[in-house]
Amino acid sequence: MAVRAGRALPFPARIARSEAVLPLGLLAPTIIFLTLLILIPVAQAILLSFQAVPGTLGFEAYRRMVTDVAFADSLKNTLLLLVLVVPVQLVLALAMALLIHSRFPGHGVFLYIFALPLAISDLAAGIVWLAVFSDTGYLNSALTGLGLTTDPINFLSYENMHLVLGTVIVAESWRATAIVLVILLAGLQLIPREYFEAADLFGASRLKRTLLIVLPMLRPSLQSALIIRTIFAFQTFAVVLALAGRQLPVLSYEAYDWYYNNRNEFIAAAFAALILLMTMTVVFFYLRLLRVKDAEIQR
Amino acid sequence: MRYLKAPAALALAIGIVAAACGGGSGGGTPSASPGASTAVVSSDPFVMLSTQLNTVTESEALRTQILNGFTAAKVEFRGETAGPFADRIVAESKTKGTVGVVGGLHGDFGALDLNLFEDLTPLATKLKDRGFPAEFMELGKLGTTRQIYIPWMQATYILGVNKQALQYLPSGVSVDNITYQQLTQWCKNISDQTGRKRCGLPAGPMSLLHRLIQGYMYPAYTGGLVTTYKSPEAATLWQDLKNLWQYTNPQSLQIDFMQESMLSGEVWVGFDHVARLVKAFEGKPNDFVAAPAPKGPKGLYYMSVLAGLGIPKSTPNKSGAEAFIDYMTTPAVQSKTLTAVAFFPVIGSTLPADLPPHLKIEADGVAKQAKSPDAKVALLPIGLGAKGGEFNKVQLDTFQRIVIKGEDIQKVLTEQAAILQAVMNDTKAPCWKPDPPSTGPCQVK
Repeated sequence: MAVRAGRALPFPARIARSEAVLPLGLLAPTIIFLTLLILIPVAQAILLSFQAVPGTLGFEAYRRMVTDVAFADSLKNTLLLLVLVVPVQLVLALAMALLIHSRFPGHGVFLYIFALPLAISDLAAGIVWLAVFSDTGYLNSALTGLGLTTDPINFLSYENMHLVLGTVIVAESWRATAIVLVILLAGLQLIPREYFEAADLFGASRLKRTLLIVLPMLRPSLQSALIIRTIFAFQTFAVVLALAGRQLPVLSYEAYDWYYNNRNEFIAAAFAALILLMTMTVVFFYLRLLRVKDAEIQR
Repeated sequence: MRYLKAPAALALAIGIVAAACGGGSGGGTPSASPGASTAVVSSDPFVMLSTQLNTVTESEALRTQILNGFTAAKVEFRGETAGPFADRIVAESKTKGTVGVVGGLHGDFGALDLNLFEDLTPLATKLKDRGFPAEFMELGKLGTTRQIYIPWMQATYILGVNKQALQYLPSGVSVDNITYQQLTQWCKNISDQTGRKRCGLPAGPMSLLHRLIQGYMYPAYTGGLVTTYKSPEAATLWQDLKNLWQYTNPQSLQIDFMQESMLSGEVWVGFDHVARLVKAFEGKPNDFVAAPAPKGPKGLYYMSVLAGLGIPKSTPNKSGAEAFIDYMTTPAVQSKTLTAVAFFPVIGSTLPADLPPHLKIEADGVAKQAKSPDAKVALLPIGLGAKGGEFNKVQLDTFQRIVIKGEDIQKVLTEQAAILQAVMNDTKAPCWKPDPPSTGPCQVK
């Protein structure tokens, strides 16, 4: 026994030598964190959504969710915002990132200006834009002051939902484009200079450089940006609430409303589960569509 | 009779000895607790959790003008919305609590298990010289034999009117005696002659529109709420409301508090909770008057909003909480509450003569409403428990479908009445005023 013990490594060192231990040890805090704060609550929420009738498991909460007055509209509006806002933000953020990446004199100032909305909370952003678009807001005052209109334009009236939707798109784009910009800019800076130098050597135009080098090389960053933005788009809440109130219902507001105002946690959980399902579906779709091969990462 | 647990008895004994030795009683009013001839107010800090005064400015006014006068124990004010309010009280009941006193509307208490609260009957007996109206004390029992809350402050809903609007009143109509149809004509005149829709209904996501429907419009048109939900009179009400909406500022769907829109001049005639109008009166006291709520075919119904103070059984400082309720219902603090946050006293004292102008406007409007010859009181929903929110949603959904989306009135009323009946059956709540009393759950007729 004594001989064998002598040959074996001391206990801590033996653990450290084992190949699986270090990575597991490093992952452990994350795994524990995600399990406690994400996985367990998600499982509880999903379970809750099936418990609307006390003592049984069933689809009552889902039945009431889909028959709710605001359900169809909130589903439609959430998808509409997703489809309208995300592409606008992606294009804007890409243009802004390319502008900054071109390193023209003073580009650092632009980065700070573009990133400013990141520091502002959603609701504050919504209220700022409300001050812009209301009847006596900045935009109407400016239009009247310039003599372009005599009466204020009702941007936020339920009578003209296109305008309401437009204001929400403008506000959401302003608020959340910066996060996409930061991700894309980081991606741009990772592209090795050699590619651009080679392109210059062959006399490639700016457009060709963008299409043939920047976009393909940015794919991993675009994927991350798209996923993050889409998740945010499904959670759009405060800006819509501030600008449009009840007239533009979205799924996350309905979840909130059922929990806080109507005091029915089961239907709120059903809405939350639906948002989760939709988010997962879209993210899966992105991962397939923009799949990054191992070889591409190594390049 | 509550018995004292050993640690509590020990603490009490130590407290008495400390006080006797000149250790200081904390400076608060010593309160007599049931069963003991004398007791000392503990200075243990506690939280006041409230669904009322939960906006930033109201909370700040309460903290700086009212709570600082209570020196017996440190009280931390936490304003919450109804959901987290209820959750926290329930959660604390299962552990050591930090909330010493809760402040809420009658319905906020009704939404909770009443066994979570101390019986305040002895405190009520002690405070009976304050002159609380008997019906308020009765409401504070929530249908039990125990005093769940002590009345704290009250409010109602009135019309705030910009004086510029008065010239457009239909001829022969007084602003103090106006029907819903005359209000519509008035709003039409304003819209036609100024080119802008300047009447406002608070219909934003955090608004109290459901209360206007429950306590004002339905009773004024149908003489009831639940029983008459799909009656022909109700159909008339919704048709009239639809007409009124045509001349209502379309931004109403974002308006939670009427005061900001009234101050900016976007709204001239606004119907809202007094505490949500008062900033307009305060900002431009010379521009506004207050008027009673409109009348319907069945008269002028108005809702008296009563807020109360209760003590959860998980309170960390019962003697301090009782002393605090005592303090909050003294005449001086009741007047200060009016000037600080525009909620009215619940005790039998007259209002101070030197009211600031904005509160004078408000008090005049409230008095005119209460003294109106055909004025009758409608109550907040009672007995709905946690389903109060779903009950409100029935009226809000009816409003959305009929007024905003233009769906067929009778069809919507039939469908929403079925949902309403399901809520009533779930809660087994009997009818409340102005619906006639019922045995068993209130029934839609």
